[in-house]
Amino acid sequence: MRSSRAIAAIALAAATATAAAACSGGSSSSSSSSSSSTPVTSTSASPSTSATSAPVTLTWWNNATSGGLLTVWQNAIKSFEASHPGITIQNVPIQNEQFTTKIPPALASSNPPDIYQQWGGGQEETQLASGKLTNLSTDVSSWISELGSAAQNWNVKGGWYGVPYDLHVVGFWYRKDLFAKAGISSPPTTIAQLESDDAKLKAAGITPIAVGSKDRWPDAFWWEYFAVRECPTSVIQQAMSSVSLSNSCFSKATTDLTSFMATNPFQTGFLGTSSQQGAGSSAGMVGEGKAAMELQGDWDPGVMMGDIPAADQKNLYNELGWFPFPTIPGGQGNPKVVLGGGDGFSCTNGAAEPACAEFLQYLDTPAVQKLILGAGVGLPANPAAIGDLTVPAEKVAAQAAGSAPYTAIYFDTAMPTQPGQNLDNAIANFFAGQGGNSQIISSVAGPA
Amino acid sequence: MARTETASSGQTGPAATENSVAAGPRPGFRRRRGLRKKIELTILLTPALVLFAGFVLLPIVIAAYYSLFNYSGFGPLNDFWGLHNYKIAFNDPFFVQAIQHTLILTVLSLVIQLPLSLSLALLLNRKFRGRGFMRLVIFAPYVLPPAVTAVMWSLMLQPGGFVDQVMQAIGLGRLVQLWLANLHLVLYTNFVVLTWQYIGFGIVLLLAGLQGIPTELREAAAIDGATPWQVTKSVVLPLLAPTIRIWVFLTVIGSLQVFDIVWILTEGGPADASQTMVTYMFSDGFRSLEFGYGTAIAVIIFVFCFVFSLIYQRFALRRDTAGALTRAVG
Repeated sequence: MRSSRAIAAIALAAATATAAAACSGGSSSSSSSSSSSTPVTSTSASPSTSATSAPVTLTWWNNATSGGLLTVWQNAIKSFEASHPGITIQNVPIQNEQFTTKIPPALASSNPPDIYQQWGGGQEETQLASGKLTNLSTDVSSWISELGSAAQNWNVKGGWYGVPYDLHVVGFWYRKDLFAKAGISSPPTTIAQLESDDAKLKAAGITPIAVGSKDRWPDAFWWEYFAVRECPTSVIQQAMSSVSLSNSCFSKATTDLTSFMATNPFQTGFLGTSSQQGAGSSAGMVGEGKAAMELQGDWDPGVMMGDIPAADQKNLYNELGWFPFPTIPGGQGNPKVVLGGGDGFSCTNGAAEPACAEFLQYLDTPAVQKLILGAGVGLPANPAAIGDLTVPAEKVAAQAAGSAPYTAIYFDTAMPTQPGQNLDNAIANFFAGQGGNSQIISSVAGPA
Repeated sequence: MARTETASSGQTGPAATENSVAAGPRPGFRRRRGLRKKIELTILLTPALVLFAGFVLLPIVIAAYYSLFNYSGFGPLNDFWGLHNYKIAFNDPFFVQAIQHTLILTVLSLVIQLPLSLSLALLLNRKFRGRGFMRLVIFAPYVLPPAVTAVMWSLMLQPGGFVDQVMQAIGLGRLVQLWLANLHLVLYTNFVVLTWQYIGFGIVLLLAGLQGIPTELREAAAIDGATPWQVTKSVVLPLLAPTIRIWVFLTVIGSLQVFDIVWILTEGGPADASQTMVTYMFSDGFRSLEFGYGTAIAVIIFVFCFVFSLIYQRFALRRDTAGALTRAVG
């Protein structure tokens, strides 16, 4: 009896020690780090001492391993730390694709990063099951509405578990010089016009549209935009929340895409083309003038610039244009709705609050947003910074995103991860001539 | 028994043997030696055994356990599925196709890479001017990181890329294909790149084996009137057989686990046309966050490799290793 009590006491002590160790992981602080259940209100990103009186360190996993965004983050850390004494941000850049394999074990561990890269929507909801994400609702309630409508994607299950720092919109990037060469005076506004322009470009010996099918998700943009044009916004929202594509408008999207692909608008061998890697990629083809258009996100000009000589970059900025996805005759979707998404961050339960939320708020201040714009990685999450866009076509894209009544989030992000990826696979197979509408529609149902 | 004791006492020769047998070590001394041996074994083996158990056996057991759950990688393991993940896998035509692709790559590796490696090794084993340079050139691809190889070839295999241009320049323009976009061809494109990367390893392994064959044997056969082909067939190849068997083992295991080059080159596509078992596992496990299912696929791959290893060890490698280990410790 006595020994069993001793064992129980030892077990309790061990469990307590383990729990204490687990709780102290992540941010190092001499004060108690408040968890998600007791967030401390913070209303300002201005110089603050915050409720955290003792020094804290926040580890920050982000995907800026090189280039302009890395510099932006380094500068943002310096200025934030200067204005928030006692808070230290430990920058941990991680290659973007590695987040796929790093986040699950990190969130399963007792020592996840305090702040990590997040893409919102269904993925955020999937990660919520780990129980490690901090509900930032109280901290962000006073300012989150200042962000564009696309920021709503980051509110899942009634709480803000992530905050975007930039937003994305998908549309057509096109070469004005190649359009002029083919005798096209203005960008198309309907699918019929787009098909007609494709024919003109082909007649002029120009590949009309480049697509990076090797990566699968660029294919998904096509089907999803046809769905956005065919389906009313309410149907799209319902489909994403219920993870069901049973509404007939989604089947119409497949029919539209089938008809469009029958015109052979894409480059030769598009199934083996990557979207962003090098001059042979779909972005590189448009950048080098080997194709006239690409349906891609707002980051595309930045990708193209990396594929062409520096001397040609200014010319490319002038030659690039942007137009929204054309309308479809009889489509029930609002023609001003755009497809998009964004990048952002989540805080984990071990992170000191409100320090973590204050940092995320700081990244959305106009000062930092302008720096992000300068890095050319996305459109500002804070519309107040749109005026600082320098590439004319990017302004057009940003205005379209800003005036959109609704931003339909990429379906693979809006849905939980598994059905989202299954949908991407089914659409990619469809592009390769394997499988049809039923495979696309049923793909989100998951394994039997 | 007497011989063992003699050996352990460190004495040699017939006289020493007789003395040892006559006197024999004292019982206390023998006990101390036995204890010392046990302590030595414990000290020397324990770290390795702990590492092996912790980093090999335990992960296998944990993987097998995780494969019985519907698990996204987040939250607790509480949705027990039993063997359902395995049922899904073998009912999924894409996984069955991935197994077929893996087996095709394995068979092609054996059927094409072995004769090729052997021929080149035999050639490079002869003395000729520039042999060292040739060896370097042929081995060079193997020292490149597979990721570099895959990126390089993905650029060269684009439509109108380097490969197409070379083919057109040498009059083979009509044979140009969509190497990475043709669903019927892409698996074999991957095989060519894999061969380019790994052929050097086979050649070096076989060259090392050839170096171990005494030249006297070949000369004796030649003096007896054997033709070069007969020397190769009846003298060289039989003596090279242990090296070939090791190469086959490494190649089959490597083919069953092939991932990096295929993933970077095609991501298993288009439309799963170049999907292998491991790319399928990675795609479903990490990209779709189906960790329970992905782990079940990993267990299946492990079983494939393990069963092959056991069978191959039993029927092929045993003749090479028989005695080498068992005699030393037995």
